[in-house]
Amino acid sequence: MTPAARPLPKPAPQHPRARALAAFWGLVLRDTRVLRRELVPFVVRTVMNPLFFVFIFTDVMPKIGQGFAATGTNANFATVLVPGLVAIAVLFQGIMAVTLPLSIELSGTHEIEDRLMAPLPVSWVAFEKIFFSVFQCILAAIVVFPMVYFIPATPVYVHVANGWLLAVVIVLSGVASGALGLALGTIVKPQQISLIFAVLLTPIIFLGCVYYPWALLAPVRWLQVLSLANPLVYVSEGLRMALTPRVPHMPAWAFLSALVISAAGFSAWGIAGFKKRVGS
Amino acid sequence: MPPAIAIAGLTKRYDAGANSVLAVNEIDLEVAEGELFGLLGPNGAGKSTTIGICTTRVMPTAGRVRVAEIDVVADPPRARAEMGVVTQFRALDRSLTCWENLYYHARYFGMGAAAARARAGELLEQFRLADRARTLPDRLSGGMAQRLQIARAVCHRPRVLFLDEPTAGLDPQSRIAVWDLVRELRAGGMTVLLTTHYIEEAERLCDRVAIIDHGRILICDTPAQLKRQAGAGVVMHLRVARAAPELAERLRALAGVSGVEPIEQGFRVFAADRDGLAPAAAAAAQDFGLEDIALAEPSLETVFIRLTGRELRE
Repeated sequence: MTPAARPLPKPAPQHPRARALAAFWGLVLRDTRVLRRELVPFVVRTVMNPLFFVFIFTDVMPKIGQGFAATGTNANFATVLVPGLVAIAVLFQGIMAVTLPLSIELSGTHEIEDRLMAPLPVSWVAFEKIFFSVFQCILAAIVVFPMVYFIPATPVYVHVANGWLLAVVIVLSGVASGALGLALGTIVKPQQISLIFAVLLTPIIFLGCVYYPWALLAPVRWLQVLSLANPLVYVSEGLRMALTPRVPHMPAWAFLSALVISAAGFSAWGIAGFKKRVGS
Repeated sequence: MPPAIAIAGLTKRYDAGANSVLAVNEIDLEVAEGELFGLLGPNGAGKSTTIGICTTRVMPTAGRVRVAEIDVVADPPRARAEMGVVTQFRALDRSLTCWENLYYHARYFGMGAAAARARAGELLEQFRLADRARTLPDRLSGGMAQRLQIARAVCHRPRVLFLDEPTAGLDPQSRIAVWDLVRELRAGGMTVLLTTHYIEEAERLCDRVAIIDHGRILICDTPAQLKRQAGAGVVMHLRVARAAPELAERLRALAGVSGVEPIEQGFRVFAADRDGLAPAAAAAAQDFGLEDIALAEPSLETVFIRLTGRELRE
């Protein structure tokens, strides 16, 4: 008798949670394999934008006498940019890691079927996507940080006084962006992705307090208030406090609670959307 | 022994605004442990919806499905642990090689690294894909992709295997290869439920067949028994220039004829046996411009036509 057709020894009944956790771990292993295979594109995608941004604005521009003076703070533009560009990398990576593959898997290739047939609740399959995107966010932060730190011609003042705060901000930001990516992936068709990026991500990035601290928006009061609806603001401000505490930043309670609310809200929205999309 | 699949009063209604569609209409069905069972019907008959519910992917409107004695609505993850599924879509993981498709599937089902590695290698040999271990699924032919899908579905040694249109779109050679694999799995004790709209597949492969149309099971039995129940030993297609109702009357009056149905340019005649049937029919059709007479053994197609008045592929 052939191996595939061999009679099956009945396995011992497994505890539901143990079975689901084993399946969840299998999904993580699968995603890790895929990420390893795509590591070079991942790094290139993450690096290009901040690399050129930092090079032009903090190395070339000051040298040709076109540098920005971040007036009202005791920090230069290069220092202001450190948390900002890391924040973009985290947000962008979280969304990219989930939205694009999910949108394709859901609308044509049905590739996700096998994972949906794994012995774990469907909501866990959705949660695994958020979970794994956190790793990609951390990786993106690690890749981007040296560039924003070493490239500028002017000195950059980074001081991590509280490692825990940094870790919490990055993890919460990763959850929020991965969950937002999940929600977008379930509602956006692959051919609409570039449109979504233009319509949604462009304002999020430019108005995300990446290039200036939120506190300095005070003269443009309406924009300062409106910015509070932008999740990237809290990522930038959180990293600002964690990495460059000398630059004005929001109090910890403000960005932490906003990040928790975003993470929870986007997760609920994303997981519900995922369940709706894959079931009938 | 309790049935491997037990379906009772299964109903699925899709509500799309004002018009709702009854895809599955109170289906009852039992598939015994180790049986190779076929759901035969045209596209849109409700086969895939039925499989979708059995495999926990579609929620039923009413009714109950138990697979390996587990209620698929009450405990989907546990039910999924007992079943292997090949969907209609070629749904291989395109980011993974053939070997990885099997390896990670095994990991999803709780196998350790060593066991999963061994199982993936074993299945590639078994399904004659060993030389494609490092190939991405996009580079596989349709037949190979389907073999890999079946290999993946049985990777965790499920008790029940669901195959939704397993040979649709395959060339004849690949189709026969898939049939051989399915027979082999069944010989190993696996219960198989497949859907098909190919008569031959149902007739040659399955122990029992249920004919399904408009979400209802019309009849369910072994292929041999179904053909006997069709009430016809032979089917005759008669083509004439003028298919007049009088001709139908004359044909119906012939000895041994159990039924006459109009078809394009003529009639379909069901009769107990072929002796003298063609000459008698030819004589009856003389005044109507007889063009062609063809006799055929009844097939499941005949059964389907008798039950629905339509051909399966219409």
